[in-house]
Amino acid sequence: MDQLLQHVVNMLVLGGTYALLGIGLTLIFGIMNVVNFTHGILYTFGAYMMFIVVHQLGLNFFLALPVAIVAGWLLGAAIEITLLRPLRGADIDTTMLVMIGAWIAMQSGALWIWGGVAKSIDNPFPDAPLVIGPVSVSWLRLFVLFAAALLIVLAYSLINLTKLGKAMRATFQDSDTAALMGVNVSLIYTSTFAIGSSLAAAAGALLGPVYVVFPQMGDLAAVKAFAIVILGGLGNITGAVIGGFILALAEELGAGYVSSGYRDAMGFLIIIMVLIFKPTGLFARAERVG
Amino acid sequence: MAETVLSIEHVAVHFGGLVAISDMNFHVNKGEIVSLIGPNGAGKTTAFNVMTGFLTPTKGAVKYCGADLKGKKPHEIADLGLIRTFQRTSVFPNDTVYDNVLIGLHRQGKLRLAEAILGLPRARASEKAQRARAAELVRWIGLEARANDLAGSLSYGEQRLVGVALALAAQPKMLLMDEPVSGMNASETHTFVQLIRKIRDSGVTILLVEHDMPMVMSVSDRIVVLNYGRIIAEGPPDDIRRNPAVIEAYLGQSAKDVVKEVAVHA
Amino acid sequence: MKQIVTLLCLAFFVSVPMWLTDPYLLNALITTGIFIIGAMSLNLLLGFTGQLSLGHIAFFGIGAYVSALTSLGFDVPIHGDFHIVHVPWPPIVGFFLAIVISGFCGYLVGRLSFSVRGAYFVIVTISFAEVVRLVALNWVELTQGPLALTNIPSITIGLPGLGYLVLKTKFHNYYLVLAVAAISYFLISRLVHSHYGRAMRGLMENETLAVAVGINVTKTLTLAAVISAGIAGAAGSLYAHYIRIIDPDVFAFISTVTMVIMVVSGGKGSLAGPVVGGVIFGLLPVFLRPIMPPEAQWITYGVVLIVILFVMPRGIVPSLAAKLGLARAGGTRRASIAVSERTVEEHA
Repeated sequence: MDQLLQHVVNMLVLGGTYALLGIGLTLIFGIMNVVNFTHGILYTFGAYMMFIVVHQLGLNFFLALPVAIVAGWLLGAAIEITLLRPLRGADIDTTMLVMIGAWIAMQSGALWIWGGVAKSIDNPFPDAPLVIGPVSVSWLRLFVLFAAALLIVLAYSLINLTKLGKAMRATFQDSDTAALMGVNVSLIYTSTFAIGSSLAAAAGALLGPVYVVFPQMGDLAAVKAFAIVILGGLGNITGAVIGGFILALAEELGAGYVSSGYRDAMGFLIIIMVLIFKPTGLFARAERVG
Repeated sequence: MAETVLSIEHVAVHFGGLVAISDMNFHVNKGEIVSLIGPNGAGKTTAFNVMTGFLTPTKGAVKYCGADLKGKKPHEIADLGLIRTFQRTSVFPNDTVYDNVLIGLHRQGKLRLAEAILGLPRARASEKAQRARAAELVRWIGLEARANDLAGSLSYGEQRLVGVALALAAQPKMLLMDEPVSGMNASETHTFVQLIRKIRDSGVTILLVEHDMPMVMSVSDRIVVLNYGRIIAEGPPDDIRRNPAVIEAYLGQSAKDVVKEVAVHA
Repeated sequence: MKQIVTLLCLAFFVSVPMWLTDPYLLNALITTGIFIIGAMSLNLLLGFTGQLSLGHIAFFGIGAYVSALTSLGFDVPIHGDFHIVHVPWPPIVGFFLAIVISGFCGYLVGRLSFSVRGAYFVIVTISFAEVVRLVALNWVELTQGPLALTNIPSITIGLPGLGYLVLKTKFHNYYLVLAVAAISYFLISRLVHSHYGRAMRGLMENETLAVAVGINVTKTLTLAAVISAGIAGAAGSLYAHYIRIIDPDVFAFISTVTMVIMVVSGGKGSLAGPVVGGVIFGLLPVFLRPIMPPEAQWITYGVVLIVILFVMPRGIVPSLAAKLGLARAGGTRRASIAVSERTVEEHA
């Protein structure tokens, strides 16, 4: 029982960042119909931004997070404008393969620039964990949980309360009609990709200090993001949040009770099960985008 | 009494709360040309989808040559010789006209995998026969000049002809045609009507869904009129032309032209 | 005309070991050849049925492990004292078992995943490959996990009474790979030109219409998946017996991407496409290696893939064929319309 409680706490910390990853990808996949293989790279990129700001520039840890988010936004916008905008109207396989090419090139670039050795990021929190009864959780992880929750709320408000969010939802429903109604679809696509990318970078920046940072760290993150999107249903933000927590729980339980070697298999198994038995996702009937 | 090929028995189709077809009941006899007409949204294409297994009816049954089609997949229904054409996307756009017809001949070319891969005599003979048949069909619909052009590059009317050739390649006993002349000009329509008659004369029973009234009136043996998901009239063209319920239905659709057309051809 | 070109190419490939003595280059050609076989099998799915499988390396890896384990033997505890013990069999048996078992896995994956299409199909296939990789990594009793299976014997061919030949040298392995590649090419070529192949093209282009003329979608796609997986398994077996050591990295996603690059750059849906793309991308590292570090090579790979998709989305072979005014890669055009001497009246 005590062990289970500990798993639940771990699940909450992990689930928050997974939800961020998932929201980012579900926006891109749902609105743009692009299978975004660079999502994991943005995650890696966010973690390295954190490393650079804290260790190479010697700046404050809490300043590094917004820097990583902005950098992710810019990189996302750059990818969209250079690679996806010229391919508007191309079939989904073509954009997917272009994204795979970008992923290979960028990941190798990260390896070239930063080397393959894993790096750890110092954090300003006390080493002793917070202990409540049988459960212990480090202060850093608590910070990650609250930061992720704050970002989820921000993303939610952006989609549901702002004019941009309204235009994004309209584009998701029907991009042609949205264009007729005066929505600048091109701008919406770029914004969507940039926002999705900045959320992935945020997830990487948050988990980077918890684990270690290395160029291939994003590969599994990307797969997990796909699992979350499929669980939650395409373009469904609430679904992505719930999906993030379900995946985190499955991983915690899988690692705790089956074998830690199969922790990362959970995401894949979820994908296979959901797509075979309920291809529309678990929450398909829920409100879409928002 | 003529032999019944297709009978639609009290079929109803509901999409959630929406009733697309409430109660449809008619039959088609062997060798007939029957048209299913009705204003937009009357449920004609839905009816076709039910007959060919693309949709499962909520109630009722579709029987073909006496056998219930319930639970049969579209390709299994096609295998029974009940073949349909499509309103849009009636061709394989990236293949030549000739190859389109070859693909349509799928049902004739059933071979074992090993025979096909090793090129055994039976496979070679079958392949040769299929190619001959494809060439014949392309010629039959009058497109031999375009045989080696990609189907997607053809004019709309020509694509419809390829669609018919494809369907004929599947050796139908009965052919369901979904608005075959929509988008065709008068002379193309005229040629097409002759083609339909020729197909019927070769022993194929035909059910049409069509908007073009003059065409329907001239080609059909019998007409079934559908409105709001139910049948409001049925009979030979002359009866339908004078049927007040039919005129009313089309007037309700604010289509005075149609009435005029019907009257002119009366 | 087309057959002459094919035969000339084959003759050229046969002649290579006679004038190429550099072992490094020959090695590159052998591994490239193995990957070309994989790419050809991927092309059957991607180019002829339109299904992009990004888990294709799974069948390659399963073939490699099946073949290696068949020839090495194993002793796996299942439960308590219950063990499954297998004594080594000749590698050539492993080769055929690899084809059969990979083909069977292709059948299973096909039946399960063809219910979803497009992006979802892609993601299911990736997931499948990753699950298989994790099993290979964690089922240490069977696969040795990250410690790798080592000392895999070379393939031996021969008949009782006629003597045996151990295919150990690069020279031998080159011809072994070439033979398997030629047979696979022939098989795929016959398949796509048969009515099975037409059914595949039909449902790639217009599934609804294909169904309406009586094409069984599930059956056709599953058939393609089985044959494709079987050929990939054969390639995996060749790889295991040539390299003679395999670890779970054989399932790396990047290997699937390499095959996809070969197919897409050469021209999907073209028989020669994977061969042309494979030779280019298989040998590119040989030329890039002296001039740049491995990371830069991979960057080049990624960039070249993007550039090809932008400037030649159909791939090299179809684009060249279009330039030279040749027929579409399908090749069915050669049978002219004049085949039939019968008249219209006869039918009517």
